[in-house]
Amino acid sequence: MPLDTSIKSVLVIGSGPIVIGQACEFDYSGTQACRVLRAEGIRVILVNSNPATIMTDPEFADATYIEPITPEFVERIIERERPDALLATLGGQTALNAAMALHERGTLQRFNVRLIGADVAAIQRGENRELFREIVERIGGESALSIICHSLEDCVIAAELLNYPVVVRPSFTMGGLGSGIAFDELELMQIAGAGLRHSPTAEVLLEESIIGWKEFELEVMRDHRDNVVIVCTIENVDPMGVHTGDSITVAPAMTLTDVEYQKLRDLSLRIIREVGVDTGGCNIQFAINPDTGRIIVIEMNPRVSRSSALASKATGFPIAKIATKLAIGYTLNEIQNDITKVTPASFEPTLDYVVVKVPRFAFEKFPDADPG
Amino acid sequence: MSKAFLVLDDGRIFEGKSWAATGKTFGEAVFATGMTGYQETLTDPSYHRQVVIMTAPHIGNTGVNLEDNESAQIWVAGFAVRNPSTITSNWRSNGSLEDQLIAQGIVCIQGLDTRALTRHLRDRGAMRVGIFSGLDLTREEMVIQVRKSPSMAGAYLAADVSTKTPYIVPAIGVKRFTVAAIDLGIKAATPRSFAERGVELHVFPFNATFEEIMAIHPDGIFLSNGPGDPSAMNDVVDTVRKILDAEVPIFGICFGHQILGRALGFNTYKLQFGHRGINQPVIDRTTGKVEITSHNHGFALQAPTEGTFTTVYGPGEVTHVSLNDGVVEGLRMLDRPAFSVQYHPEAAAGPHDAVYLFDRFVELMASQKVGA
Repeated sequence: MPLDTSIKSVLVIGSGPIVIGQACEFDYSGTQACRVLRAEGIRVILVNSNPATIMTDPEFADATYIEPITPEFVERIIERERPDALLATLGGQTALNAAMALHERGTLQRFNVRLIGADVAAIQRGENRELFREIVERIGGESALSIICHSLEDCVIAAELLNYPVVVRPSFTMGGLGSGIAFDELELMQIAGAGLRHSPTAEVLLEESIIGWKEFELEVMRDHRDNVVIVCTIENVDPMGVHTGDSITVAPAMTLTDVEYQKLRDLSLRIIREVGVDTGGCNIQFAINPDTGRIIVIEMNPRVSRSSALASKATGFPIAKIATKLAIGYTLNEIQNDITKVTPASFEPTLDYVVVKVPRFAFEKFPDADPG
Repeated sequence: MSKAFLVLDDGRIFEGKSWAATGKTFGEAVFATGMTGYQETLTDPSYHRQVVIMTAPHIGNTGVNLEDNESAQIWVAGFAVRNPSTITSNWRSNGSLEDQLIAQGIVCIQGLDTRALTRHLRDRGAMRVGIFSGLDLTREEMVIQVRKSPSMAGAYLAADVSTKTPYIVPAIGVKRFTVAAIDLGIKAATPRSFAERGVELHVFPFNATFEEIMAIHPDGIFLSNGPGDPSAMNDVVDTVRKILDAEVPIFGICFGHQILGRALGFNTYKLQFGHRGINQPVIDRTTGKVEITSHNHGFALQAPTEGTFTTVYGPGEVTHVSLNDGVVEGLRMLDRPAFSVQYHPEAAAGPHDAVYLFDRFVELMASQKVGA
């Protein structure tokens, strides 16, 4: 099916301020989205609290609001502009959270605004740890083993089952308060003891540690006819335990045989279908035990993520642009491949080069830090 | 490390370094674009008499293992890579790629500009090639030797790769069907795909007669992949015509698809540079869905891609078409139980999007059994 002509205007939510761990990636994706929508003759309404962005340049939207990305402000914009649809999967977590809040307030229903790109249920399934764990199990994948404990005695028994080190996560605490990694029983007593005290339900989750495992990411795209492609694989040279943003990463994955890569591909296809991301991109992360090959599904982002920007640059496959086209009704085989100009976008980029991303740590901003 | 040369039929010479075995080798120059699966590619009998150029720049990262071979030996005539890995990094590996290539006497070349070579072949088409490694020959001598080597057009290679005696691959679990496979260069993944579906596969040599095949009372006949020019295969085509007359269900893959097409009365032709990779989009015309598939073919079938066609065996239609160049990728008969695809649903290497075709064949056999 080509362009959905019932969509005449779209509200795009940008990513707001630049924060640690997020630079201009979402300005890049949001700008591409605005450009695609306007080229299709759709009225673009943009909200972004950050004027130091390309997307807020006047030529990218028909109406630009430099306002806080809070449900209250965005609701007022919706009330005034009455867009047909809301696109929130290209503005990072900030935009996605705003869209979810607008759904919960009933704003989207009240003003009859369709959420395009990913629906509310899919976002919840992708972002909620427990729901996602259930999905992974349903599709035949594995999550890290975990055991819920209510006492120190429970914790000691559980840790022996899981083997040290174990990750301790207290339930319902803010900002990871009381969580940590215990390498032996003494540390477990300290961390879990504090965790049990901090948790309002006196509950901690012990999880097997996957520190040191190989870490992979797959960038996946799906259209509303259920065509799915893997845009890119990324392998972290620094293993699990080092944040992806701080890791040296390479694309494509370098140390998987085809048998192993196809397992990740099969799991990714089943996950994006089961989560129900009907159109657009998502990013799925895996850990693999380097000695046994055991695969753990870590998490997914049901939206264009920071890794999408790297995957776009690495492959030439414009993820944000194509995610936008998919959101307004096109299918992958109806979109032209920007690299070849003659073949469709329903293909999986194959590279004859290797892309390496090396993080840059701005030690000059921290004169007292010791970079050695 | 001594110098090595990759010399093309048209006189173009690429300089590199010797790798694996030294000496000289000849074949058809083809490029394969898979970023994973070199071990499967090397051991795929369809690559017999072909010098494979890998577009992925880093080859050998995962070494070799005992499980991923597609046959008992390496079949490529020669192997050209940009940058072989000096270390092996994979938990299943039990040896380095170079050691394996040396053990099997495969003459290889490394360090040449594989991108320039691939572009040259895309522009000029597949052609004869030689690799000269550690030899003291003039450029003229090398080109003359390449031009004296046999060409792929008209090559009858089934006898080289086919089993000499019949053998049986048992079903996993309960046996539901007996299928006779005509081995024109079958890959290990195919019997595996059948076995998983309760099919006992009797693999016959390429020159098995209709009577020998029918003596086992097969529920279906499988025509395998394999190397060579389909237009040279008149004997097997005649056998397939007898099978069509007997109305036993037929499933063909790759070379087997071309043989079925020829039995129906269509011609085959040589593609400019062939399809060899694991990212090829194919559309199923009956459902409109796109599959990402594994390809390895230098020839293709000439058949009408719109509407239905008529043959002496009744009406049929082209079911699958390449989205990249419109080449016929699958067909089926409408009144007889026969279908085939040009690509590789058994994958290895490659995605599993098309494995449903094995289920379709099992269903076809089940429906025929009920009707009988």
